[in-house]
Amino acid sequence: MKMQNGFAIIAGLIIFIGMITAPFAVGTMTKEYKQPELKMPVGEKECIESKEFMRTEHMQLLNDWRDWALRDGKRVYTNHAGKEFVISLQNTCMKCHNNKADFCDKCHTDAGVSPYCWDCHIQPEGLK
Amino acid sequence: MKNNRRTFIKLAGIAAAGLAVAPKAMASGSAAPVKTNPEAVHAEHWAMVIDTTKLHTEEEIAELAGICHSIHNVPNIEGKKEVKWLWADEYGHTFPEQENPHLSEEVHHRSFPLLCNHCENPPCVRVCPTKATYKRPDGIVAMDYHRCIGCRYCMAGCPYGSRSFNWGEPRLHMDLAKLNPEFPTRMRGVVEKCNFCVERLAVGKMPACVEASHGAIVFGDLSDPDSDVRKVLREKFTIRRKPTAGTEPSVYYII
Ligand code: SF4
Ligand code: SF4
Ligand code: SF4
Repeated sequence: MKMQNGFAIIAGLIIFIGMITAPFAVGTMTKEYKQPELKMPVGEKECIESKEFMRTEHMQLLNDWRDWALRDGKRVYTNHAGKEFVISLQNTCMKCHNNKADFCDKCHTDAGVSPYCWDCHIQPEGLK
Repeated sequence: MKNNRRTFIKLAGIAAAGLAVAPKAMASGSAAPVKTNPEAVHAEHWAMVIDTTKLHTEEEIAELAGICHSIHNVPNIEGKKEVKWLWADEYGHTFPEQENPHLSEEVHHRSFPLLCNHCENPPCVRVCPTKATYKRPDGIVAMDYHRCIGCRYCMAGCPYGSRSFNWGEPRLHMDLAKLNPEFPTRMRGVVEKCNFCVERLAVGKMPACVEASHGAIVFGDLSDPDSDVRKVLREKFTIRRKPTAGTEPSVYYII
């Protein structure tokens, strides 16, 4: 049996498969992804939760923190080890991570995300 | 090629266009315990009584406004796009329903300190589509600027003009060297107003204007019969703004 519009179908399929596999093709051609190097706070070894948790969940945690502090008026957070922290991005997080450019920006720039926290919250470096 | 991850994401977009499906994995929140600060001061219903026999000149009110605005990083803008948390106005604008043609000259010429009334029945809360404005259990009408979409319904709803819209970038109207680094600024396109100093109550302090008023402003729990506010309300004649609006303000004025 002869295929109708055979050329168009095959061409279409090739383009489609090309699009789907583009990231993998280009990905393997370019060099490997390297984690950005962050400047960790001096004198502080532990964050409010484990490094792994903070790496993947800090956005969720900040979201919860905001609601707890503003909506529920609960401004003290007890972490999994039982240690207490005042809930505040500006006054708790940024007191240790006292340089946004050396910490936050490193990953955010790399990942191409620009959270708008800093449109309101004042970074420790101050506003320029 | 620079910045591989970005490139990958861009190309993944093309791939997604081919598939037209975007699987979404939502991480669930942790259930870590939270509690109130042990130093925090609490009330069932925060209220304020302003003694206008003691506090009524424009300079005195401007001084309080200056303190409030500086600790809250309120931008300083002249004219129609003004942003204000605490301000002064004349009798006729403050109590338009309680005017009469033979009112005491002295009262008529006073300036009255104005701020958000933290109404018991706040129309601004009722009309806010995102719940960015909400009433806390302790009576404070608070704002969550993260959720404000700048629709300005609350401004239309508030009968007291207690809210200001940030038409431009507020940081352009602030002395960046004199910011309070402990409190955020606001951003363009967001409404703001007096917050009864929730951030100070949370650490056991009284509102800044109360502290600076030399006793002309009393602040406390309206539902506690032994509180300072109830005491002055018992002893002095007070009025509230625009009673017919039915909003039940929590700010009372001794005339
Ligand atoms: S004074 Fe206006 S902004 Fe404040 S609670 Fe009442 S209605 Fe809302
Ligand atoms: S401007 Fe913001 S706070 Fe006001 S009603 Fe709209 S979303 Fe709510
Ligand atoms: S209670 Fe606080 S936020 Fe409200 S006017 Fe007074 S100082 Fe400003």
